[in-house]
This record gives sequence, C-alpha cells and structure tokens, in this order.
Amino acid sequence: MAKEKKTLIILTGAIVGIAAVLLVKLGNPPNMGFCIACFIRDTAGALKLHSAPVVQYARPEIIGMILGAFAMALAGKEFNVRGGSSPMTRFVLAFFVMVGALMFLGCPLRMVLRLAGGDLNALIGLVGFACGILVGIAFLKKGFTLKKSVKLGTLEGAMMPVIVTVLFVILVAFPSLLVFSEEGPGSKRAPIFVALIVGLVVGALAQKTRLCMVGGIRDAVLFKDFYLLTGFAAIFVAALVGNFAMGAFHAGFEGQPIAHNDFVWNFLGMALCGLGSVLLGGCPLRQCILSGTGNADSAVAVLGMLVGAAFCHNFGMASSADGPTAHGKVGVIVGLIVVLVIAVMNSQKKEA
Amino acid sequence: MKTVDARGYSCPEPVIMTQNAVKEGLPVTILVDSMTPVKNISRFAGNKGLKMSYTETDEGDFEIVLE
Repeated sequence: MAKEKKTLIILTGAIVGIAAVLLVKLGNPPNMGFCIACFIRDTAGALKLHSAPVVQYARPEIIGMILGAFAMALAGKEFNVRGGSSPMTRFVLAFFVMVGALMFLGCPLRMVLRLAGGDLNALIGLVGFACGILVGIAFLKKGFTLKKSVKLGTLEGAMMPVIVTVLFVILVAFPSLLVFSEEGPGSKRAPIFVALIVGLVVGALAQKTRLCMVGGIRDAVLFKDFYLLTGFAAIFVAALVGNFAMGAFHAGFEGQPIAHNDFVWNFLGMALCGLGSVLLGGCPLRQCILSGTGNADSAVAVLGMLVGAAFCHNFGMASSADGPTAHGKVGVIVGLIVVLVIAVMNSQKKEA
Repeated sequence: MKTVDARGYSCPEPVIMTQNAVKEGLPVTILVDSMTPVKNISRFAGNKGLKMSYTETDEGDFEIVLE
C-alpha cells in the first residue's frame, strides 16, 4: 500500500511540474506556471484590494485548485468541516508568509519552479526556506500548537468553494467588475479554461496525495518520512526536463524572470515563509487545498495571504525585478519577530 | 492501554503526539479525525516497524491502535 501511494505522489509532482511548464508556454509569466503567492496577489489586485497595475488578474488556477480539492474530498468522503484552531493567529501567520514570499517573489512551489528554470537565486531561497522550517521544527518539538479545532456545520466548510465559484462566474460573465493588468506579469495569462482545468486536476491530485512543499522537508527531518519530499522532488525533475525540452532553462543569478538577486533578502524572505508555513501546518499550496476540503482554519489562512498580498503592494513591501524595497525589508524583519513571538507563546509545554 | 486524543490537531501534531506516546511504551491508542493523520501515522508506524490497525468510529473519527 505504501508503495502504491508513492507512485501517486510522484505522478502528481510530475503533472504539476509539466503543467507549470505548459502554462508558461500558453501565456503565464516565466517560471510562474503556478505560484500560489503570486496568484493570490494577482487576485487581490483584480478585486481592487491593491492597485499595483502590473499584478492584477483573478487567476483561474487558484479557483480550480480549491474546487478540484473540494470535488476530490467529496468523492473520497474526506470533506471534513473543522475550524476554530486559533483563527486570528493563523491569519497573522499567513499574512507574514505572504510578506516573506513577496520579498523573494514566489511561494515555495514557485521556488522549485524557478530552480527548475535555472534561477539560482531560488537556491538561496531554498536554503532560507529550509532554515525557516528547521526553526519551526524546533518549536514543534517543544510542543508548539495552535490548539484543537472543532467540528463545524457544512455551510462553514462550503464557504470557500462557493466564494471562488462566484469569483469564477464574475471572471467569465462580468469581467468588467474586475481589474486586469495590461502589462507586466498580471497581463501574462494562459487561456481561462485551460488554467481552470489544470487547476482542477492539480487541486484534486494534491488533495488526494497531501502534496506540501513545507511538509516535505519537515517530515523528512522530523520523522525520516520522505513521502511528501518525493512529490517536491518530482515537481523539480519534471519541470527541469520540461524546461530543457522547451529551451526555457537558463542557469544563472542575473536577469532571471520576475526575480532579483539580493541574496540576504531572498534568504530571509523564504526563511519567514518557511517558518510561518510550518507553524500553519502547511505551505500556501496546502492551505488552498485544505480550504477546499472544509478546513475553515486554512480558509482563514488563505484570506490572511490575500490581505497580506494587498498590504505588500499598498505599502510598497513587495519586491520587483529591481530588488527588495526598504519597506519590504522592514516588513520581513517585523514578520520574523511577530512569527517568533507567536511560536514562543504557543510552545508552552502542557501537562506531561 | 494509553490513549492519545489527537482529534482537532493540525498536521503534524498527531504524529508528534503519537511519537511521544510510543516512547512511553506500547500498545497505544490514538484518536484522530481525518484520514490525513491516519496515513501519516501509518507511515510513521511503517518506518518504526510497528503493527497498526484502525477502525472508523460512529462519529466519523478514527481509532488507531499501535503495537
């Protein structure tokens, strides 16, 4: 049984990697077939939560992932409505996960995709990400917990799938309500229905396999369990092969698409992202997937990322290809402090 | 038998709770509320060479026994 499961997660990783390369070919920004952070940020822009003209588009990939996870959870009788495990703390953690991700310019998934495109800055990001996870693991070992969730009514769990469905209807039927970038990454997009279908497939597979970027490194270190890390590796290998096949592999630090080469801040941004994600129990991708399966705590985390992304652009904290901003550096430092305080305050050993 | 109630805790806390309980001796019963921790604990048991069985309760939770 364990063998069979690994086949599925390798297959899932391979599909994600190849789909990412194809989405770029079909119009998505370079090395950004998928990026949960970027796509939530674009969606925040489309909804006018921020007004950065280059990053506004309601990305169907995100909508598809949440709905794909929802459908798979229903089919597998795994739609399990729960919530109430420190929702406000999760909101704040997710907010700063986004601040860290937009310092680096990518969620952990895009980090792997950037690496597979030859962007060596992502290697620095990966080291930072792993360091953040190691710090998070130390707190988990000390008894870090955001406390129990409780069972909730079906409607609570249906909120997120319904909200993204409404968003999709608006995107297709009433696009004038939204804002769309005319230049920059937000203007680069694969056809709506292709993006939706890819999102649905990836969402369904990610739900089934529990694919998680942060869980990969965490479980390998904590339990010597390499199951999730296998998925992470499969994405990298598939995207690498795909990029070579498309002639889209360009190794180097300089001039990488939608990236900057400030080592220190790439490292710190991803360290914040990794640490915050461990404390949340999963990477941004995993939070999206869980939000489709009835997990209200993850739905709150997705909203935290949405608001975080809006703040990043409203207050000049998001990096660009020109590099990090002063506000972004302050945001990452504040984020590291806040997240560490949350980690310490929730790590008191209970009973024995 | 020692029972660990890991229902409601998010990933990876149920596995850490299981790990701590197993250190104190077997057999251990663990209650969880979804298939995710069941599968996580199943891999943990596999790595440690423990025998695992589980049943679904009337409330839709899962009762895992490790020995």
